[in-house]
Amino acid sequence: MLSYLAQRLVSTILVMTLVGIFVFLLLHLSAGDPAAIIAGDYATPQQIVAIRQRLGLDDPLLVQFGRWALRVIQGDLGVSIFSSTPVSALILQRLEPTLSLALLTMLFAVTIAVTFGVLAAWKAGRPIDRLLMGFSVLGFSMPTFVVGYGLIYIFAIELRWLPVQGYRALADGIGPWFLHLVLPTVTLGLAYVALIARMTRASMQEVLEEDYIRTANAKGVPARTMLMKHALKNAGVPIITVIGIGVALLIGGVVITETVFNIPGVGRLVVDAISKRDYPIIQGVILIFSGVYVLINLAVDLSYSLIDPRIRH
Amino acid sequence: MTAIPAPTAAATSARPLARFGRFARRNPTVLLGAAILIFFLGVAIAAPLIAGDPMLKLPTRRLQPPSPELWFGTDHLGQDVFARTVYGARVSLIVGFSVAAISILVGLVIGLFAGYYRWFDNIVMRLMDGLMAIPAILLAIAMVALNQGSIAIVVAAIAIPELPRVVRLVRSIVLSVRELPFVEAAIACGARTPRILLRHITPSTIAPLVVQATYICASAILVEASLSFLGAGVPPEVPSWGNMIASSRLYLARAPWTIFCPAIALALVVLAVNLLGDGLRDRLDPRLSRRL
Repeated sequence: MLSYLAQRLVSTILVMTLVGIFVFLLLHLSAGDPAAIIAGDYATPQQIVAIRQRLGLDDPLLVQFGRWALRVIQGDLGVSIFSSTPVSALILQRLEPTLSLALLTMLFAVTIAVTFGVLAAWKAGRPIDRLLMGFSVLGFSMPTFVVGYGLIYIFAIELRWLPVQGYRALADGIGPWFLHLVLPTVTLGLAYVALIARMTRASMQEVLEEDYIRTANAKGVPARTMLMKHALKNAGVPIITVIGIGVALLIGGVVITETVFNIPGVGRLVVDAISKRDYPIIQGVILIFSGVYVLINLAVDLSYSLIDPRIRH
Repeated sequence: MTAIPAPTAAATSARPLARFGRFARRNPTVLLGAAILIFFLGVAIAAPLIAGDPMLKLPTRRLQPPSPELWFGTDHLGQDVFARTVYGARVSLIVGFSVAAISILVGLVIGLFAGYYRWFDNIVMRLMDGLMAIPAILLAIAMVALNQGSIAIVVAAIAIPELPRVVRLVRSIVLSVRELPFVEAAIACGARTPRILLRHITPSTIAPLVVQATYICASAILVEASLSFLGAGVPPEVPSWGNMIASSRLYLARAPWTIFCPAIALALVVLAVNLLGDGLRDRLDPRLSRRL
């Protein structure tokens, strides 16, 4: 187990190094001059030369990368061109809305999806299964912003049940916080629900064909116990895996959902940075989000032996 | 591998219409997906014939609701939403098909070599691991934000994050096929490596790649719309569905048709490609259909 842990840690560090190289090279291999990109559209040639010298862009690429990587490791993601604030501070300021949305969505999506998937596998081929799986194809096909605007139109503009847009901090009370997050959570969760539900159904179907399930049924174990205790536990590994992989979907969705619902989170930070070409922000957010994604999947890998004691490393 | 000859006697004796009916009964989802997709393909090709000028801005007809003259109404700039939706199909389908074609072809070549040469495999798979760790939309945003937005840049920015999935798929097939007796026999007969890769291994990858291509196409259409919506896609004046939704988003309450017309078209196309993919997967790759 210990050697497996060490091996996984080394490969995680390797992957993150590669991500760092990609993010670094993106700026340097793109069509334009990095100094000109960083200086923005309205910079004078003198400003561009000044930036080039300040950032050491005339040094060899390897030296530049080393210097950049060293700073990133110390938590210094650079300074925003537009607001001259450290990128790490900007991200920290906007962490609460994003974290609230992401965690609430995961909770909502995993609960709904696993329930749907188990139900569909149990009633495979019946109308309820077809309905749920049809819904899951639809969930894959509906673009996040289409779902978002549809929900806003129905529940906020026509029915006036929920707020249209915006975010309330958790400090202002849990009620308004939750009400403002209901529609964003459903919007962001839909594709994730579809993904997890499909995998749960497939994995459960395989387990339900096993002999010990027939034995459990024969000895009169109630359906609920059979599904949740006997089957779901053994179908768990692929489900957990897809929950981890799906986080990539969630991260992309966060950027769009925050834009649709005007939530001042990390996703909005990136979108605002696009039009201003504030590259350090884009770079920093990619690094952070990729890091979160890699760490979550590391945790998923390590959790396999907890879920299924048969898996030993 | 050679395909098992189909039972031709039964198939040819039946009339074409009856054969089609049987196919439709067995694969209703493929048929529905194909029908919707063909409809949109037709609309995209015939755009100049069925729709007016998508760029014409008439201040006298701003935010008009749908009517017999203007089927989908007009937006806040007085542009014909129907014309823009019709022309938007072109952008979405071009991006979807080119991303699928490019990522499949490039992924196939890299995957073949990775599966066949161990040293190459180690390097490529680490690179793919790194690429996979970056959420696709963010990588695409960064690539578009750095370069001037154009359809070619958007296609590249969407295709590159799709590569790892194709490479992994091809590689896994190569790894299992290269151990099979017919490949060993080909090597024993003195066939050169390019011939083995092309004639003996590539055919096994085609069925799964066709299925994969449909999923990549669907996801590319979605990502393109998302990028345009976020302002990191095709140039804002191009009538793409994502651009239309982004520019109308302040008018959701006053003129919902400006958002929902392109949105429904987008959802329908993606749904059609996904249905086609699910149907093809069930027919071409039964192994995969058990897994997902």
